[in-house]
Amino acid sequence: MEQLQKLSEAIINGDAKTARELTREALNHRVDPKVIVKDYLIPAMDEVGKRFECNEFFVPELLIAARAMKGSLELINPILASRGDKPAGRVVIGTVKGDLHDIGKNLVASMLEGAGFEIIDLGVDVAPETFVNSIKEKQPTFLALSALLTTTMPSMKHTIDALKEAGIRDNVKVLVGGAPVSPRYAEEIGADGYSDSASGAVGLVRSLMA
Amino acid sequence: MHSTLQEIVALRPVITDGAWGTQLQAKGLSQGACPDQLNLTKPEWVEQVARSYIDAGSNIILTNTFGANSIILEKYGLREKTFDINRAGASISKAAAAAKAFVFGSIGPSGKMLLMGEVTEDALKDAFSEQAAGLAEGGADAIIVETMSDLEEAKIALASAKATGLPVFVSMVFDSGKDKDRTLMGTTIEDAASVLEEAGADGIGANCGSGIESYIPVAKRLRAATNLPVWIKPNAGLPEIIDGNIVYTITPAAFASHAKTIIDAGVDFIGGCCGTAPDFIKSLVNIKHTGTYRN
Repeated sequence: MEQLQKLSEAIINGDAKTARELTREALNHRVDPKVIVKDYLIPAMDEVGKRFECNEFFVPELLIAARAMKGSLELINPILASRGDKPAGRVVIGTVKGDLHDIGKNLVASMLEGAGFEIIDLGVDVAPETFVNSIKEKQPTFLALSALLTTTMPSMKHTIDALKEAGIRDNVKVLVGGAPVSPRYAEEIGADGYSDSASGAVGLVRSLMA
Repeated sequence: MHSTLQEIVALRPVITDGAWGTQLQAKGLSQGACPDQLNLTKPEWVEQVARSYIDAGSNIILTNTFGANSIILEKYGLREKTFDINRAGASISKAAAAAKAFVFGSIGPSGKMLLMGEVTEDALKDAFSEQAAGLAEGGADAIIVETMSDLEEAKIALASAKATGLPVFVSMVFDSGKDKDRTLMGTTIEDAASVLEEAGADGIGANCGSGIESYIPVAKRLRAATNLPVWIKPNAGLPEIIDGNIVYTITPAAFASHAKTIIDAGVDFIGGCCGTAPDFIKSLVNIKHTGTYRN
């Protein structure tokens, strides 16, 4: 479908206005929203991720593509929800206690949302107890933790420890990321996965679900 | 060149300082608390950190004002104290320096993205202007706009700081892309250098990001991209957790030997960012006096 191909291009190019118009048009023509997401939106975000990995795209391009994606999903999600359709998975995400940085977290949230996951974003400076309560309540598949500062990295460990204390560590897969974080650190604190980019996070989540 | 700056550059390689956040935490700054506030609530801790770098041999120390712009301070409910926090930060460093070193007032990023409309250019200009005015009032000899990823924001901070009449350096984080040589917004070293020089920067630099090994190519390219003084302030590396503690495994000696390569590449200012401490600076001073470097 030529028009839907244009929708993919609009997402890749970060053209939110066109993306939204084309989405509305497709929905008005009774195109199945699930098809739009699966065959046009997700592949578009995958392409964005690929170009990021190849250094054709940087953070600005990721951000505007994610924003275009979000605009389309705002039209689609209510329809899917009313049909009882389930997302690919549910992710609780937040920046850990003591840390106010959110660009990385927002990028990961956008990319995962683009990949069809339901995102519960707890924001920044999130205490371990808040993560624990959210996991108990929302029962997500994944918990994604972000930290930008060396000095706040320990909060990642505290959060994982809090999950263990609450007896819910095994209910969720914990992913970590952020500038000072490394695969070694992720392993040492007992996380289930690490990625150094928002697009990498999508691949990580998919591989952990397989 | 500004006369103070000429005096400073004549000391090259000029030794700057190391990390402040971890040093303040060692004194008692709790996780999640606002570090810049200590300039008003615990000035003695701040002075001790400043002195520790002077004693280690820094020719330049910065100020405990990295996050002290009104946009960030608002989140801690300290917006009205912005000017005072900056003025105090500069005057504490000045007192500690006691004419043995120069003081560069630190201005860090706002934390908001212009591109996404999270903040306007005018709001950034107001925030950075207030911060720069406080630093100037407190006696800073120059200003270092550091750890920037967005060239547009860096330019606004530069213009705001230059309005004080002080020399202003701009340092960016080049840690992204396949070769770890661009800012996370995709700006290349060469673009940053030419745009910032054109915009009136008195010095151009790179700081934070990945560890010092990745800085050698960055330093060489920055040196080739500008005739202005070049400022390099790398991290010690990526931290690990050993026995439950955050540890940077690179030693001061290893750090300094990488720094020697960087100094030999012709940079003018060398120091350390995250993960470094006074003993790293001592090692740099050693390298300066015992190693060879091209003038």
